[in-house]
Amino acid sequence: MAPYIGTAVSRVDGVAKVTGAAKYAAEFSAPGLLYASIVSATITKGRITRIDTSAALAVEGVLTVLTHENRPRMADKDEAYKDEVAPDGSPFRPLYDDKIKFNGQPIALVVAERSEIARFAASLVVVEYGAAAYVTDVFRRREAAVPVKAPANPSEALFAPPKPRGDADRALAAAAVRHEGEYYVPIEHHNPMELYAATAIVDPDGKLTVYDKTQGVQNIQHYLCGVFGLKSDDVKVMNPYMGGGFGSGLRPQFEVVLAVLAARALQRSVRVVLTRQQMYALGYRPAMIQRIALGANRDGTLDAISHDAITVTSQYEDFYRQETAWSGLLYTSANAKYAHRLAHLDLATSCDMRAPSAATAVYALEAAMDELAVALKLDPLELRLRCYSDRDQHEDRPYSSKALRECYRQGAEAFGWSRRNPEPRSMREGTDLVGWGMATGVWDAFQAPITVRIVLTANGHAEVACATSDIGTGTYTIMAQVAADMLGLPLDNISIKLGDSSLPQSPVEGGSWIAASVSNGIATTAARIRNELLRLAKQMPGSPLADVGSDDVALADGKLVSKRDSSRAVSIADAMRQGAVERIEQEETTNPAQDEKRAHNTHSAIFAEVKIDEQLGVIRVTRVVSAIAAGRILNTKTATSQILGGVVWGIGMALHEETQIDHTFGRIVNANIAEYHVPVHADIHDIKVIFVDEPDDSNPLGIKGLGEIGIVGVAAAVANAVYHATGKRVRDLPISLDKLLA
Amino acid sequence: MQQRNQPAGRADGASGTVSVNLTVNGTRHSLTLDPRTSLLDLLREHLDLTGSKKGCDHGQCGACTVLLDGRRVVSCLTLAVMQDGANVTTVEGLAKDGHLHPLQQAFIDHDAFQCGYCTPGQLCSGVALIAEGHAKTADEIRELMSGNICRCGAYTNILAAIQQAMRQS
Amino acid sequence: MINFQYVRANSIADAVNLIADDPAAKFVAGGTNLIDLMKMDVEQPTKLIDISRLALDKVEDTAEGGLRIGAMVRNSDLAYHPAVEARYPVLSSAIRAGASQQLRNMASTGGNLLQRTRCAYFYDIALPCNKRTPGSGCGALAGHNRMHAILGTSDACIAVFPSDMCVALALLEARVHVSGPNGARTIAFDAFHRLPGETPQRDNNLEPGEMIVAVELPSAGFASNYSYLKIRDRLSYAFALVSVGVGLEIADGRIKAARLALGGVAHKPWRDTRAEAALAGQAANEAVFRQAADIVLRDARGFGHNNFKIELARRAIIRALTQAANGTPQSQSNKKIA
Repeated sequence: MAPYIGTAVSRVDGVAKVTGAAKYAAEFSAPGLLYASIVSATITKGRITRIDTSAALAVEGVLTVLTHENRPRMADKDEAYKDEVAPDGSPFRPLYDDKIKFNGQPIALVVAERSEIARFAASLVVVEYGAAAYVTDVFRRREAAVPVKAPANPSEALFAPPKPRGDADRALAAAAVRHEGEYYVPIEHHNPMELYAATAIVDPDGKLTVYDKTQGVQNIQHYLCGVFGLKSDDVKVMNPYMGGGFGSGLRPQFEVVLAVLAARALQRSVRVVLTRQQMYALGYRPAMIQRIALGANRDGTLDAISHDAITVTSQYEDFYRQETAWSGLLYTSANAKYAHRLAHLDLATSCDMRAPSAATAVYALEAAMDELAVALKLDPLELRLRCYSDRDQHEDRPYSSKALRECYRQGAEAFGWSRRNPEPRSMREGTDLVGWGMATGVWDAFQAPITVRIVLTANGHAEVACATSDIGTGTYTIMAQVAADMLGLPLDNISIKLGDSSLPQSPVEGGSWIAASVSNGIATTAARIRNELLRLAKQMPGSPLADVGSDDVALADGKLVSKRDSSRAVSIADAMRQGAVERIEQEETTNPAQDEKRAHNTHSAIFAEVKIDEQLGVIRVTRVVSAIAAGRILNTKTATSQILGGVVWGIGMALHEETQIDHTFGRIVNANIAEYHVPVHADIHDIKVIFVDEPDDSNPLGIKGLGEIGIVGVAAAVANAVYHATGKRVRDLPISLDKLLA
Repeated sequence: MQQRNQPAGRADGASGTVSVNLTVNGTRHSLTLDPRTSLLDLLREHLDLTGSKKGCDHGQCGACTVLLDGRRVVSCLTLAVMQDGANVTTVEGLAKDGHLHPLQQAFIDHDAFQCGYCTPGQLCSGVALIAEGHAKTADEIRELMSGNICRCGAYTNILAAIQQAMRQS
Repeated sequence: MINFQYVRANSIADAVNLIADDPAAKFVAGGTNLIDLMKMDVEQPTKLIDISRLALDKVEDTAEGGLRIGAMVRNSDLAYHPAVEARYPVLSSAIRAGASQQLRNMASTGGNLLQRTRCAYFYDIALPCNKRTPGSGCGALAGHNRMHAILGTSDACIAVFPSDMCVALALLEARVHVSGPNGARTIAFDAFHRLPGETPQRDNNLEPGEMIVAVELPSAGFASNYSYLKIRDRLSYAFALVSVGVGLEIADGRIKAARLALGGVAHKPWRDTRAEAALAGQAANEAVFRQAADIVLRDARGFGHNNFKIELARRAIIRALTQAANGTPQSQSNKKIA
């Protein structure tokens, strides 16, 4: 039986998704289900001085209107609201008190027999406010931004600001060639296709089953227990499918608090679905103002890097990531310094969004590198090669693996980079200017502790269970592939259980860590199953495996087989019959080895072609090649999709995406998916994905993860291509056509 | 400062119902509905056909696309009562006799989805696009599928899947 | 969305009678704009009169050699109608440039004329808007006005009319047939939509209780030399920053007659007969096109974020005229600008 790992297995949940059978959070029902509609604040900061729900309550079919004045009890300590990935600060508490912290904040919940009634009645809630002054514009808080502190949450230690090295100021002053520029990325919203929703079902025994749109069912369960003082037995959280997360579902969102609040108040099952507009009151990618200064020697080697960043958070939590760490990591440079300040705005707290910090910071770094290449009169790819680093520049340690050089080589060849005329505006096609740009991408390869349970039955079927999520990444499928290979069973004999908080422990699904974590977790538990089978097999009279050690046996084709002599084998069925067992159940936690001696990263090289109408500035991204070094690829089909998606995101980031806030009113004025532009079919043309070979022994299966790396660097490659086409350097994203007209 | 979230309307949110008859995936249904019920909510909330997705509820994303008397429409922007007597096909009605529609199979073959939430709309839209016969080239397919947003970014695979199904039809 | 009474009209007369009873009633046909606005509580009709089943779904030749398009003809049916594709390709092209195929399958011809603006301040009932709530102010004037008008604005409103189809109807000099409590009348297309002035709440010159029953095209279709060029922030499914519809009659290298209308720049499809007159009798070359563009934009005014639209419109006019003169109209699927 050929292995499944590394092949193009179609998604095991494919039929469910193409037939409409896959159910999402708002699609679970219960007898007597009630529908709730959120009333959102229309001011940006201040207090609710009066909230009149009488008209809403008077509507036939309305059961209750919950506000801060009449809500059931909720916890009063910040700690209760701190989830697994909460930043420092005081988390937002929906309907907790009369304070308004951001526009669109939920301030009341109308619960009714039907969604149409709830929505209508919500519009009848009359609110009086005492408004306070506010600032929602990062440029107005630029001077007031404060340096980030090392995070208090130990799991966030990674986000401590990097330490400087050498004397960057002196090196910059002395540099033969310098480039300095300011780059800006606006606030962006995730806009997953599925609306945020939670269905809280009150079970006959009074316990709760909550279907929530989340990237971590156990994170939500733990959070709900804290907020409502529940025992973990009292509430189960489920997300068998999630219609896209991209980081927006890492932390608990207010829909789940409100659904549970209402269900507990009424002892009825309740569903809360946010409108698309209301989803703009959730987290967002923080806007980022950044200054990059690069000092180079004439030979194209770097001597100094300086990266100053200002990012955006709320007034009540300090969200940030390692925004300044990427620039000092990627290229050899003896001197580097960083400054990262936070601008506190009257908005909801910013949050992780696909490749948090890297998508924005590497955009600036890689655009700056392109500008440096121009200043050096050097091919941009050649500049990257001259600055190439085989060691993590922060810690001066080797990488567990780094095949970036191969990404450059294979990507450039597939793209035809050698045919590039370096002169801007030199490549034309009729009325179009043609531009070729490239950039590098980098992300972390994490692995987190995880627990996997496997139940093997005598008929050769196995159930693999873990409380992780498949947010579209293909987790169901890779879990089935790994389990099938580790247990020596056909893929069809594997069933996967995930998205249920009562299953064995998993971290939230994010940061590209789940593939490595859960796959190695399956391998660990499968080894326990194998050992148990071997124990039984050895008990067989005249067992062919009697003297075979546990390391010398493998599961293949439904049999335990000696690795040294494949004629010595016992079928799973025979071994289990010998032990008179119908099922073997093993549950094992995998704690990955902490290998601090090496850096663990994924890398990419992206090459992009744009064609731009010279007169009108209309930009088409006609070709992209993305070459990825990310360890072992579990499934070439779903992995390719991950990278394709990242490239599409990068194109959107480069050309389209921007959350527009009217700072006079503090309100988002494109809070919909018609005017918040993400790429549509017509925007996306040829994208070629290459996975370069990159053996890695950081974990037994050599997996690094793919969820983020696909987007990192893409916006820079596109922006650099726009420069090459037009000779215009647009440093503030998105590059809308008006910026090319001037 | 007082702000009412809307000027006063008729405060009789629950009063008045309408009766609607329609055929969905070959099955006839007779329902009594709030007149505000969209065709999408009728499918999802009253018939438990949750395959049709609500991604924006404003005709901006295409996730709710269904075939209404054979034509693709966004079911969120039409009232169920306006479609009295209509014949509706949803994603649940594309497979016949246990066999996937060729486009459904092509979506699986080409991995034309990730999270799956836009998928029913993409499928209904793609099935209609093939039947319309206006799209021949890749550019024409892209343009005529542009009303279906895929935030996971599966566009190139969706295009390949539609081209495969077109060749088969 | 407030609750409403739903009634279905059986005839034009029935529809007109039904609405005459109730000033807070609205007609609904395709629903693509009205239902959207009702969900946002921007529109709050107490009665919906469904006219979608009226027998106004024909596209018929007129005795004058034109075409009469029933008000209920769906946008997609009109775009792909053989007579429209052959004789009025600029109309077909403009329709295909708007919305999505799903929306075009639903939206009616009459409803397209009655689309309301996409202005964010109009759509958000928490923000001021003179169009939605007269006297509340215009949030866009000093706010986010990147999408807003550069021509024909007033201190009360700088919203734009979002239709693509209507840009083509404007340049084709369509006539709008309406029925109402006082009988039937015909409105010239240019007189149908209004500029905002002091009454931005009124998008058009329909009288209370009147409904569109047909749109009539005269015979001149400019089928040889035309283009519809739409410039937007992504390559499809986005409202116009600027769009330009052009129809030319060219003989012996000279322009005999010209039609020129813009979308995305004003409270109505912006047709400029002075520019058209300036083109007539001239050679078809860039200098002439630039002169026409300068005429169109002579009074253009930006409000900050949308200043770029003036130069964009100038270039788009020149380009669309060039496309039309060369007989290389803009494709709506191949996004390379011809």
